[in-house]
Amino acid sequence: MFKTFPKGGIHPPENKLTADKPIVVLPVPPQVTVPVSQHIGAPAVPVVEKGTEVKAGQIIAEAKGFVSANIHSPVSGKVNKIDTFVDTTGYKQTAVLIDVQGDEWVETVDRSTTLVKEITMTREQIIERCKECGLVGLGGATFPTHIKMTVPSGKKCDLVIINGVECEPYLTSDHRLMLERGAEVLTGAAIIMKALGVERVIVGIEANKPDAIKHLTDLAAGFQGITIQPLKVKYPQGGEKQLIKACTGREVPSGGLPLDVGVVVQNVGTAYAVYEAVQKNKPLVERVVTVTGKKVKEPGNFQVRIGTPVTSLIEAAGGMPDDTGKVVNGGPMMGKALAMTDVPVTKGTSGIILFPSEESRRAVVQPCIRCGKCSSACAMGLEPWLISVLSEKAMFEKAEEEKITDCMECGACAYTCPAKRPLLDYIRLGKSTVIRMARERITK
Amino acid sequence: MNNILNVSPSPHQQSIETTRRLMFGVVIALAPALAASVYFFGLGAIIVTLTSVLSCVAVEYLIQKFILKKEPSISDGSAVVTGLLLAFNVPSNLPVYIIVIGAVISIGVAKMTFGGLGSNPFNPALVGRVFLLVSFPVKMTSWPVPTGFKTGYLDAVTGATPLGIMSEGIKNGETVSALMEKIPSHMQLFYGYMGGSMGEIAAAALIIGGIYLIWKKIITWHIPVSILVTVALFTGILWLADPTKFADPLFHLLTGGIMLGAIFMATDYVTSPMTHKGMIIYGVGIGVITVLIRTWGAYPEGVSFAILIMNAFVPLLNMYIKPKRFGKEVKHG
Repeated sequence: MFKTFPKGGIHPPENKLTADKPIVVLPVPPQVTVPVSQHIGAPAVPVVEKGTEVKAGQIIAEAKGFVSANIHSPVSGKVNKIDTFVDTTGYKQTAVLIDVQGDEWVETVDRSTTLVKEITMTREQIIERCKECGLVGLGGATFPTHIKMTVPSGKKCDLVIINGVECEPYLTSDHRLMLERGAEVLTGAAIIMKALGVERVIVGIEANKPDAIKHLTDLAAGFQGITIQPLKVKYPQGGEKQLIKACTGREVPSGGLPLDVGVVVQNVGTAYAVYEAVQKNKPLVERVVTVTGKKVKEPGNFQVRIGTPVTSLIEAAGGMPDDTGKVVNGGPMMGKALAMTDVPVTKGTSGIILFPSEESRRAVVQPCIRCGKCSSACAMGLEPWLISVLSEKAMFEKAEEEKITDCMECGACAYTCPAKRPLLDYIRLGKSTVIRMARERITK
Repeated sequence: MNNILNVSPSPHQQSIETTRRLMFGVVIALAPALAASVYFFGLGAIIVTLTSVLSCVAVEYLIQKFILKKEPSISDGSAVVTGLLLAFNVPSNLPVYIIVIGAVISIGVAKMTFGGLGSNPFNPALVGRVFLLVSFPVKMTSWPVPTGFKTGYLDAVTGATPLGIMSEGIKNGETVSALMEKIPSHMQLFYGYMGGSMGEIAAAALIIGGIYLIWKKIITWHIPVSILVTVALFTGILWLADPTKFADPLFHLLTGGIMLGAIFMATDYVTSPMTHKGMIIYGVGIGVITVLIRTWGAYPEGVSFAILIMNAFVPLLNMYIKPKRFGKEVKHG
């Protein structure tokens, strides 16, 4: 009954400290910083200038190019300036700084909480609306949703999988969303199904969220073509390829995309955002963020406006504990460590984890004892020890033959290594070098 | 808010498993067999074990400290495991100076010259053991008889191992069934009531240790099972072909170093393959070579040689036996 992917995987301590903490809507902060690049692809171009009065939900930066996404103002107020700021990745980028005044929304946005289940829009209208509303994948990759909803010619899609796995330890925002906004999530799933013209949706949820499995299974009875698939707890099951394999047995070919096996995967949070965009005309200006950590006083799940400083989120969770040594944006396995907390929440921020200093440093690296645990842990069937050494020795051609580009950087190898070797650091180096080399080959 | 934040690439957490914990796990798994040894051989087993462990650790420490001039890493526990395994592979009446020579060869030659933990191609304890076997053939094949706990050490009463009796007898034209009369029953063999290296005799205790290793995920089943199944099948075929000339498979599984070899020696991380497929090939190779040596070789026992020979193939197995890559077989749904 509980399915899973067959090869590799690990089971890190779950630490879902906030699983039973209902979503709390945080008050609008006095100022927000809204980066123009919160997605994969080209940054959006600002269409406001200093002094422009904006309402919440108003477009402030327009998508530029095919892979890009619109950015909307999450608050009402006046544009203070457009300047470069450090974002959650640690890089500087353009952002719009808005001084908040009141909380006035664009009139077309329906802010009521009544559930609208009936889907009146056509396929084209749905895709167009998702594009207008600046929707991106909220699982972490932030790929523009409208592109994923458009099946390229020559490809066929017969199944949508909604990713409710949330296999990263600590994070619970998707879990809470499924529990508290389950009907909206499933309506969103039905909308995605319609946009792609498919008959079937599978919602994959890991067994450590039995309440969500039960709740959504009950709700799914009221929808056509939606089934809930309970999954065995195993990291990295939230990876698209692993989730597809677990739910359907289909194996996305090396270097391929889910569409190569007729599947589109969307995150639970994205399904919810699709619901809000299509049924309520609400752009993506809010999201749920888990703020947690073993020593955090009041860890919780918070619904915040995009652009809210991470500092305010940490304050809402009872402040930063004195011995905090590391702050991670995202999950502990794939998230990014923040150098400073004075950065804004973006569309891709799923969680903020505060690690006490004793958990913030890596252990001393020891010699590889060739135990092979990294190979056993790799869900892609790679040999992390080998591609890591090949990268370390700059033998990139060999690393390419060993399929280094199949690595999704889930970190299971580095997690499991008893000698604490920085396997993924070297693999990242090798992977990016190999991808660059491959690109140069094409241009030559 | 004045915290200085550490920044590093993901993953931001690591498992609690460390080299040291794994090595310590092996030590725990060896405890039942050590207890059985002390029960059957007495004080000698304790002296041999202590000498071997202490000298292995000392040799590693001295080489790292004074020759390599680097921070000694004896706390990783690998020298302790080598010391225990070396002790398990020698008779319990072996004089201290020979054990020390064995430790010098194991750690000094087989491990440190190749670069220390993780770099040695051959199992250090087995290199030490085989060195001693060819250098001190008499001392290394004078097997104390298991008489229950006693305080004798060098003056222990010795006798032949069941494999020795079998091998010698068959050469002299005796039938297997006649030879079996001179050998303890299979049940006694299972508990360890026989002559042999101090740690190899008690199959029951070694199996308990093996189950612990697999339960704690320190090793996988692939190597031990493939070795034992191969030995059972190969000797089983020979036995069915001619039961007067060949001993039964159970006899082969319960005698000599096969259990110790399959569970503890062949599964040494550093000198065994890293993929499950590779492990099975390696295990089958060890099983086949062991039976070949036992049946047609000059020595009555061949597990040590079989493991060392297959150790040499490990780099090849690691290079050519690959795990199945995800998405290699393109399937369209």
